Amino acid sequence: MIIIDGLVKKYGDRTVVDNISLEIGQGETFGLLGPNGAGKTTTIRILTMLTKPTDGRIRINNWRLPEDDLQIKGTIGVVPQHLNLDIDLTARENLDLHGRLHHIPGAERHKRIEELLEYVELNERSMDMVQTFSGGMKRRLMIARALFHRPQVLFLDEPTVGLDPQVRRRLWDLVRRLNGDGITVLLTTHYIEEAENLCKRVAIMDKGKLIALNSPAALCRRLGEYVVEWNEKGSTEYRFFGARHEAVAFAGELSTDATIRRSNLEDVFVELTGRKVVGL
Amino acid sequence: MNFSDIYTVFWRDWIVLDRRLGKFILSRMVTPILYLVAFGWGLGRGIQMNNGSYLDFIVPGIVAMNAMNISFNSVASPLNMARLYYRTFEEYLIAPIGPASFVIGKILAGSLRGLLSCAVILVLAYLFGASLHINFGFLLVLGLTSLLFGAMGLIAAMRINSHEDMANFSTYFLLPMSFLCATFFSTDKLPYAIRLVIEFLPLTHATYALRKLGAGGEAPWMSIAVLLAYTVMLIGAGIWTMRHVRD
Repeated sequence: MIIIDGLVKKYGDRTVVDNISLEIGQGETFGLLGPNGAGKTTTIRILTMLTKPTDGRIRINNWRLPEDDLQIKGTIGVVPQHLNLDIDLTARENLDLHGRLHHIPGAERHKRIEELLEYVELNERSMDMVQTFSGGMKRRLMIARALFHRPQVLFLDEPTVGLDPQVRRRLWDLVRRLNGDGITVLLTTHYIEEAENLCKRVAIMDKGKLIALNSPAALCRRLGEYVVEWNEKGSTEYRFFGARHEAVAFAGELSTDATIRRSNLEDVFVELTGRKVVGL
Repeated sequence: MNFSDIYTVFWRDWIVLDRRLGKFILSRMVTPILYLVAFGWGLGRGIQMNNGSYLDFIVPGIVAMNAMNISFNSVASPLNMARLYYRTFEEYLIAPIGPASFVIGKILAGSLRGLLSCAVILVLAYLFGASLHINFGFLLVLGLTSLLFGAMGLIAAMRINSHEDMANFSTYFLLPMSFLCATFFSTDKLPYAIRLVIEFLPLTHATYALRKLGAGGEAPWMSIAVLLAYTVMLIGAGIWTMRHVRD
């Protein structure tokens, strides 16, 4: 469980995270969405103790930050956006190092290394140096590393950025399996489809502020469940409706072809961080 | 501070070193051989220092300088890269280990490299005909020198935010110390003001102490005390830096 209350991060006069408050329940998969520079990664870095907050209170699994930092570190797993495996070590040694840092005894450590390498389908490459791995393999090994000490909360910061669609979908399956095991997952992404597929609730951040927070379906309903999309003078226009018959009636009045479809999280995202924020 | 955490941090660096031990030892032989040939056989053949050969005079200086360079660079460069480029340093920041354990583990690993390379030089020096007394005091001074410069490397790696500035640090601090801290010549004839500054630097005391102990003299307690003070101070500063490394 994660409780964030009034979180602020400033670098000089620049406010990167602006008074964020939210609660993420035990076993929930929660998505943090936002355009580049919205403050998602800074929020994750604060929660994982890589960055100090300027203000605010944080509790993770009933431990307080920063007072109980060592206890929190023992119960969280982190998959950062950048590939930060130790390239001077093999896959097995990377996991071994992580296990040692989390004080897991030798026999148990070796058992988990085998289990997790199989879980992420890297057992045949366990003795290979990490620098010979592809991006997808590195990402899977990072997930295995983050799970090694059986964390209660997993932070995934843009976990599928730069990956092939096939690898991305395999990682989604992995996240679903983790969530099925009761792990709380906090995921940042700018792949809308990813958030829609994986998250029970999402928060949308823009310019450091939390501008929306709900389930993907509820956010779509708030906007209107149906959208009419048409082209006008070279630009795509769209309008949202609460009921399909309203959308059909509107489309019928247009002098050009139009598409009627269900609204999705991308519409919410664009509406909140694009159109509305830039004042269109 | 936890000894098993110190060992874990050390263990990681040890397995990397173990994998490259042959290459490490070979590469560590190049510079000392050049120094021994140039200053021992070449330039130093006709020079007498302190009623002994110039080779016996410069070997302790080369050993001290080498302990400084290797211990510093074994910690500073990889850690700076791990922090700024590979970001593997974050693995330690999010692990449930204390800052002191990380700092001491890293310094010990860097010092081990420094000591190994000094062992290479001592073997080569004997092959070149140098005669040195290696006793507990000599090893203690070598250990303190490696630890303090390993700690200095750690602080530099944590504080300096570009690889270019890391190179500049070596140019502005380590290189002048290499040449000024009594490595190749006695400081007696230098102007008083310069000597005062040089007497304040840790490498000077490392060289003085190794030279005296290597010649079979009594333990230079003053120099050992200065080295110990530097070691404690720099390790303390390293732990403080590690505590405040988050942005």
